[in-house]
Amino acid sequence: MKRLEFIVNPVAGIGGKVGLKGSDGEEILKKALELGAVRESGKKALVAMNILKEAEADIEVFTWPGEMGGDICRKAGIDAHVRGSITPGATTLEDTVRAAREMSALGLDLILFTGGDGTARNIMDAVGTDTTVLGIPAGCKIHSGVYALNPKTAGKLLVQYAQGKVKETKLAEVMDIDETQFRNGVVQAKLYGYLKIPNESKMIQNLKSGRGFSETASVEMLSHYVADEMKDGILYLIGTGSTTASIMQKLGLPNTLLGVDAVYNRKVVASDCTEKELLELTENYPKVKIIVTVIGGQGYVFGRGNQQISAEVIKRVGKENIIIAASRGKILSLFGSTLHVDTGNEEVNQMLCGYYRVIVGYEDMMMLPMRDV
Amino acid sequence: MAKVNVRKNFQQARWNEPMIYELSTPGLRGIIPPAVEDEIESRVGDVAAKLPESLKRKTAPGLPEVAQKQVLQHYIHLSQETMGANLTNDISEGTCTMKYNPRLCETLIGNPGFADIHPDQDEDTVQGMLKIYYDFEKVVKEVSGLDKFSLQPGGGNHAVYTAASVIRAYHEANGELEQRNEIITTIFSHPCDAACPATAGFKVITIWPDQNGMPDYEAIKAAANEHTAAIFMTNPEDIGIYNVHADKIVEAIHAVGGLCFYDQANANAFLGVARAKEAGFDMCHFNVHKTFGTPHGGEGPACGAFGVRKELAKFLPVPTVEYDGEKYYLDYDKPESIGKVRQYIGQSAVVLKAYTWSMMMGADGLRECAEISVLNNNYMLHLMEQIPGVSHAFQGNGIVRQEQIRYSFEELKEKYDIGSDDMNCRMGDYGIPWFWSSHHPWVIPEPMTLEPCESYTKEDIEEYAKVVEIVAGEAAENPGLLKNAPYHTGMHRRIQEEDLDNPEKWAVTWKAYKRKHGVK
Amino acid sequence: MSRKQFVHPYIPNSEPAVKKQMLEAIGMESVEEIYKGIPEHLRFKGTMELPEPIVSEYRCQRHVEGLLAKNKNAKENICFLGGGTWNHYVPSVVDTIMERDEFLTCYVGEAYTDHGKFQALFESSSMLADLTGFEACNTPTYDWANAIAIACRMAERMTGRKEILVAGNMDPDRLLVVRNYCKPEMTVTKVGYNKETGCMDLEDLRRKLSADTASVYFENPIYVGALEVNAAEICRLAHEAGATAMVGVDPTSLGILEAPAVYGADYAVGDLQPLGLHMSYGAGLGGFICTKDEKEFLGEYPSLLFGVCKTQQDGEYGFGEVYYERTSYASREKGKDFIGTTTALHGIAAAVYMALMGPQGFQELGEGILKRVAYVKEELVKIPGISLPVTGCSYCDFMVDFNKTGKTVKEINRALLEYDIIGGKDMSREFPEYGQSALYSVTEVHTKEDLQALFGALKAICV
Repeated sequence: MKRLEFIVNPVAGIGGKVGLKGSDGEEILKKALELGAVRESGKKALVAMNILKEAEADIEVFTWPGEMGGDICRKAGIDAHVRGSITPGATTLEDTVRAAREMSALGLDLILFTGGDGTARNIMDAVGTDTTVLGIPAGCKIHSGVYALNPKTAGKLLVQYAQGKVKETKLAEVMDIDETQFRNGVVQAKLYGYLKIPNESKMIQNLKSGRGFSETASVEMLSHYVADEMKDGILYLIGTGSTTASIMQKLGLPNTLLGVDAVYNRKVVASDCTEKELLELTENYPKVKIIVTVIGGQGYVFGRGNQQISAEVIKRVGKENIIIAASRGKILSLFGSTLHVDTGNEEVNQMLCGYYRVIVGYEDMMMLPMRDV
Repeated sequence: MAKVNVRKNFQQARWNEPMIYELSTPGLRGIIPPAVEDEIESRVGDVAAKLPESLKRKTAPGLPEVAQKQVLQHYIHLSQETMGANLTNDISEGTCTMKYNPRLCETLIGNPGFADIHPDQDEDTVQGMLKIYYDFEKVVKEVSGLDKFSLQPGGGNHAVYTAASVIRAYHEANGELEQRNEIITTIFSHPCDAACPATAGFKVITIWPDQNGMPDYEAIKAAANEHTAAIFMTNPEDIGIYNVHADKIVEAIHAVGGLCFYDQANANAFLGVARAKEAGFDMCHFNVHKTFGTPHGGEGPACGAFGVRKELAKFLPVPTVEYDGEKYYLDYDKPESIGKVRQYIGQSAVVLKAYTWSMMMGADGLRECAEISVLNNNYMLHLMEQIPGVSHAFQGNGIVRQEQIRYSFEELKEKYDIGSDDMNCRMGDYGIPWFWSSHHPWVIPEPMTLEPCESYTKEDIEEYAKVVEIVAGEAAENPGLLKNAPYHTGMHRRIQEEDLDNPEKWAVTWKAYKRKHGVK
Repeated sequence: MSRKQFVHPYIPNSEPAVKKQMLEAIGMESVEEIYKGIPEHLRFKGTMELPEPIVSEYRCQRHVEGLLAKNKNAKENICFLGGGTWNHYVPSVVDTIMERDEFLTCYVGEAYTDHGKFQALFESSSMLADLTGFEACNTPTYDWANAIAIACRMAERMTGRKEILVAGNMDPDRLLVVRNYCKPEMTVTKVGYNKETGCMDLEDLRRKLSADTASVYFENPIYVGALEVNAAEICRLAHEAGATAMVGVDPTSLGILEAPAVYGADYAVGDLQPLGLHMSYGAGLGGFICTKDEKEFLGEYPSLLFGVCKTQQDGEYGFGEVYYERTSYASREKGKDFIGTTTALHGIAAAVYMALMGPQGFQELGEGILKRVAYVKEELVKIPGISLPVTGCSYCDFMVDFNKTGKTVKEINRALLEYDIIGGKDMSREFPEYGQSALYSVTEVHTKEDLQALFGALKAICV
């Protein structure tokens, strides 16, 4: 029996159909409703819940009243414990955070939420990486890796999870863009943090080509390799992200998930460095290398996370000292595209262009070109 | 297209065959081994009883006890639940060159001059067999332009592994093995082109295609350096596009001191048309069990022919087959050889069959195979292009395809949640054997790789395309039909597949199955 | 002969009218337009120098039969070769199944359209596991040598150790394969053996076992023609050192010889050839690996493992691949094995053979072979100059020492051919310490008369 919490951000995605990019901020929301926007997230949540009904015997559902979940559970025919209270038609961001936080305290197995990148950030703020979560995509902006592909796959994955068929979890990126910039037509997704989601390893029968590897295995293997290849006498600047965190874990070192750490002779010499600190470090150590991963689904190496590793830092370290490592799956999802860089410095962007050996496993690399945006 | 005949009421044999163990009755047996003559019996007595106690078997093996007819019947039933290429329209197996396997070859391997000769017999007593080896080696030498071959590898991948071993020996002999620890391959090359060198200890660098689907030449140049041991590349890769930079790539690798291995698993379309030699390769291999007309056996027995330029011949596995002008002999005298990759001198049955097939084809026949296979493939493409929901890799890049094509059901997946596996299950209901999707990872979404080689008729190709069209249509109208298919093959859709990954439930033997699932 | 004069029976679309129709459909004048995709300078301009084709199937059959007639075979001669490929009786039922085009010409496939093949291979693994006493067995490898090599790497990954100790009495050809496959990560070290008994030198084993030992490999029956009487002790010592134990067996011996799982082996490997495959100049090989059904072991198999799975049809045995992602996250070496087309069909042959034999068949086969071998040994030593260099009991294979005859094995074998006898394998290259000795093999196919013919011939030649 799995205990699930179900929260819908009823206004998620409301801006999209009326040409507003997102629903964050009360003014936007008001404007959206004035423009005749319809609350669609509930419909999407219902698709997932209708599928989840199949596993009813294996779940106990806790939800929030009305449009925040209770209504949808009723429509799907799922019995749910309804808690808390809301003002119908006027739910806010705070309601989502409150719901997540309160229910997280109940020690439930999984929080199922509906929304977009903004909602994911709210959930992250509320529960961190303590509780397993899964997002049903309903927002206008989905850059975060915490969402299922669509409501249907979310429902299917939940059934698997409820029946105990999916046991593993993994950390997935919470990305969001600066909405002010976005509405001006500038896309700038940034890594904000991580949430823990169920990890469904693909079960495709492919007898001829042998074993496949899951995302987790790929990260484990590449981490072993990067760790094994690290040499004494070189300062390594370890960028942000769960992939680089896994490398630090292999080294047995503490790590700042969203920060840049510096490692020398297999010891941490600086944690969660600012750009200024990094520049100082490059002064003090003769040989410096940068280890980074690809952030988000669009192939960015610099400029969407790792902001501390600024153009100036990169310039000093030099292109040849950049080590990029990312899971095989993440790299393959870029097929037909390239790595990207957006350091804010055109000269450095140009310098970084060219081919890289991206480490995807143990002694296993892929040649990818890096392009300027 | 004129009227196309499709097997709409197909039904594969479905015997609900019990496990052989469930046919067991204590005391029965299928065969009696010849008894020892009385004289011997009385001379030596019960030798087994005199074995050291620790070596004596105390509990008889739990084998089934079944009479002969029932054993025969059981396995005939199981064979009937299997779709061999000789009895189906097996255009399905792109990259795998499933062609007609002549029955004559099967007759010949039953000949006592083959079936009843031992591999350790003195060379004088197996001159016929050695000549067959020697002469078949001539065939692959001609087809590739290379100087020396070993027929010892037990399959295509094994030949690629042999290449990796030879590359290792070559750099070791030059004192450069420590430095040269990287190999380069391309993403649409066969996975063994990465896996085999990795097994042999090399780091692997994989190259992506350019916008036309050809390996990115600039990326290869960027990857090649003093650490490069070799490049392993398939050409054409599995998407059927001939790599026009092949010789330039070879030059780039040679320039940094690396070797070049040509994976010729896809050689069928180029017999007598293009060769390893002209493109400058140092090594190549052929899947003898595919290209040269011998059967696949559902995963072997197989044979890989591995060939090299003469400078590399000293590293080949021992022994090689030689001829001194009077007799054929086995040459073990190769101090720099990598040793052996398989016992004896390889899969001689496959060599015998391939030799026979080659003798029936001759130079012109081989060339005809190639020409008709590319013609068939382009005719197939012409039909497939007309089917809604079906696309193919790098469609519209203006490059004419060679012997095979990787198609994609991406559109069906997006619209109806119907992917390769669903299509595959349903096509079985029309008598089509399970098609080859693609090697992993699936770079092309929801793939299907087809290779209509020279054995198929125009009508076969039309039938195949028609089945794809019908099933793609069903996907649009009634996706649920595909999700629960097949209905007319030997087995229904699997459920509870997670049991296969659960140590408490999985069972790779009957004994384990009985224990875990409470069968008496 | 010009190629345009006939349509090859294997290439139907070469018929000019059909070809023309197809070309028209794709809007081309000739096939050359397709080959335009290949740059001119990469095209082969010459002609392959091959013999004129023998287009008549009958003529071709005669041609190949003519070549095969030059081989001396074990039907018209009495063959005493063994040591890796054995001359056993192949039941007609096995041949019948092997010739079925369904099995013979099928592809890797999936259980949905090749259900029967999957079941046959599942049964094959099951019966091999019965013989060896284990609960897990893979689909076939290329041969016994490759089975050892793969199992060594499995042991390396499982134990994290890098050295394999192998019995010095094993087949040197198999060892060559193992050595190449274990490069570059692992070292392969030979353990000494007792020349008189043929068995492993336990003192040397104790000396060489260490915290680096991943596995100890030995054979039973031993290649040099003895039984490993210390099998259990070898396994115990290996385990004591934290290593695994691996034994190479002749599966036909397991009706009478103890199951490897019972005396403590962790891996049993061997060849399928004696289970219903013709000798076929070495083409009958196919390897197997058996282990316990534990996650640690199954997780390291690189080859396919077929398991039973439920289907929508209640009560139907479905099949699928077990433990698809066999990944131990701790290992750096993980994934460094390749798979591919091996010898699946031979797994099916072995299934039919084992099903026919049953427990009684294997027991009688084994007992009969032990008796014949004992008889031959007794008789051979009566011949002046001939002795047995290795003491103890033998199964099929045993060594014969010709040193005192003053003749080489080569000479003796050449002379034996005059008597329509194919003598034992000359061991002077592989095991020079035994001088002019040969490895003979006797199985159930040898009648008393066959054996007596050997005695008579050797008497005439050696004395």
